[in-house]
Amino acid sequence: MTDTDTTLQPKKKGLTRRQKRSLSRGVQYAVFVAAVIAFAVTADWDRLQNQFAQADLARQMFPDVITLALKNTVLYTLSGFVVGLVLGMVIALMRLSSVGPYRWLAGVYIEIFRGLPALLIFIFVGVAVPLAFPGTEIPGGTYGKVALALGLVSAAYMAETIRAGIQAVPKGQMEAARSLGFSPAKAMVSIIVPQAFRIILPPLTNELVLLFKDSSLVLFLGVTLEERELSKFGRDLASTTANSTPILVAGLCYLLVTIPLSFVVRRMESKAQEAIR
Amino acid sequence: MTRPEIEVRGLHKSFGDNEVLRGIDLEIGQGEVVCVIGPSGSGKSTLLRCVNLLEEPTKGQVFVGGTEVTDPDVDIDAVRRRIGMVFQQFNLFPHLNVTENLTLPQRRVLRRDKETAAKIAAENLARVGLAEKADAYPSSLSGGQQQRVAIARALAMGPEVMLFDEPTSALDPELVGDVLAVMRRLAREGMTMMVVTHEMTFAREVADRVVFMDGGVIVEDGSPERVIGDPQHERTRHFLSRLLDPAMAEVEEETSDQVGKSEP
Repeated sequence: MTDTDTTLQPKKKGLTRRQKRSLSRGVQYAVFVAAVIAFAVTADWDRLQNQFAQADLARQMFPDVITLALKNTVLYTLSGFVVGLVLGMVIALMRLSSVGPYRWLAGVYIEIFRGLPALLIFIFVGVAVPLAFPGTEIPGGTYGKVALALGLVSAAYMAETIRAGIQAVPKGQMEAARSLGFSPAKAMVSIIVPQAFRIILPPLTNELVLLFKDSSLVLFLGVTLEERELSKFGRDLASTTANSTPILVAGLCYLLVTIPLSFVVRRMESKAQEAIR
Repeated sequence: MTRPEIEVRGLHKSFGDNEVLRGIDLEIGQGEVVCVIGPSGSGKSTLLRCVNLLEEPTKGQVFVGGTEVTDPDVDIDAVRRRIGMVFQQFNLFPHLNVTENLTLPQRRVLRRDKETAAKIAAENLARVGLAEKADAYPSSLSGGQQQRVAIARALAMGPEVMLFDEPTSALDPELVGDVLAVMRRLAREGMTMMVVTHEMTFAREVADRVVFMDGGVIVEDGSPERVIGDPQHERTRHFLSRLLDPAMAEVEEETSDQVGKSEP
């Protein structure tokens, strides 16, 4: 290949393809190293350390940052995920329904809740719902509100994921189930949906990671000391101590959960790749 | 003879402008084995799928065991319980193991209890010679084994009629024999069977009747000796010669082969 290329090309061009490739790679490395050096030289490391990495301040945060803040973050996330999953399932089935208005309604829901910032949904749940239904209290206090707000947001995404999963199950599966005498609903529940969930486990776990981060929006609902999660907890401490170390610690706590989760997703994806018939 | 087990009257089926079945009349008696042969696109699979209403006929009537399948008010799930169907692509449930593939439909559809379902599953797995694969998952089985499990799954529902849609077409040639052996045994036991197939040896040996279809109509219908051994129509002769000796076929202009392509 290279031989024919060089013989075909006029000699005066100078560099061969191979030489050009290694030159290009050398330039890329050089730019990278230069950027790292520039960053290391220009950043004020003393001030950074002073502001973000005060060891004794970080130590003070334990164990509350785990037992209270991280626990609440996980709780908010999981409750939102469960609500989103159930609601998303309903919307996905509506989207696939043979009844026109259901499909239409599900489509509108998905477009609206995917298109709005999660922050607006939180404010909506915190303000508009109590206004619209006076006297009714969302059960579970803040926890209930967060579960509802996160659930409303994630349901829109999960509905699309679940719908795609259901449609990815081969048509023959439904035909086989129907020919054995399953009604459409029974076939959906015992044959199609279990297979769909295998397909969509990785994207659903991804959604969990996204929700984990979105749970920080709870601070717009106004929370008591006991209801604080990682972001609010870190910010509060940062303002009382006039130092940003708590923010860094809170950030590390997020990564403590999200990085292993992403790792699990990658594992599942490669496994699913192998399992494809 | 008593009333036919399967009766098809004036059946038409169109996909959009494409008329795949153009008036089919067919009767299959109790315990009869009928093989349906014909070029691809002749409508034979569509005809089979109309019998258990996987395809809705455009016009005409289908009766199975005296019940009109095409009646809009019929309980189609109840009718389908009496009709077993075996697909070209097996369509086993990949998330369930072999035994669960057989027990889940019995439990969900027939409401059999766990023990009864397990017992019937084991009997039918033994019937197709796969008792030792009870705990295997479909993906670990060969195509021939998967197809035999699919047959056992249909049999476990206690059907009165079995439909086979090219059951050996997706198999490696050396695995075809096992599946045909199971079907042959089923035929000998007196099951009413409608088989869409390209296996001429099977049709000649096992079928009571062979139906040749082309272009959405039945061209010939008779004993295997007559239809395969001594075809009366030019189209049948032409099809059989191409099938029995594909290497001798000539390049042709577009023919009726292209009419009514229903499957991808």
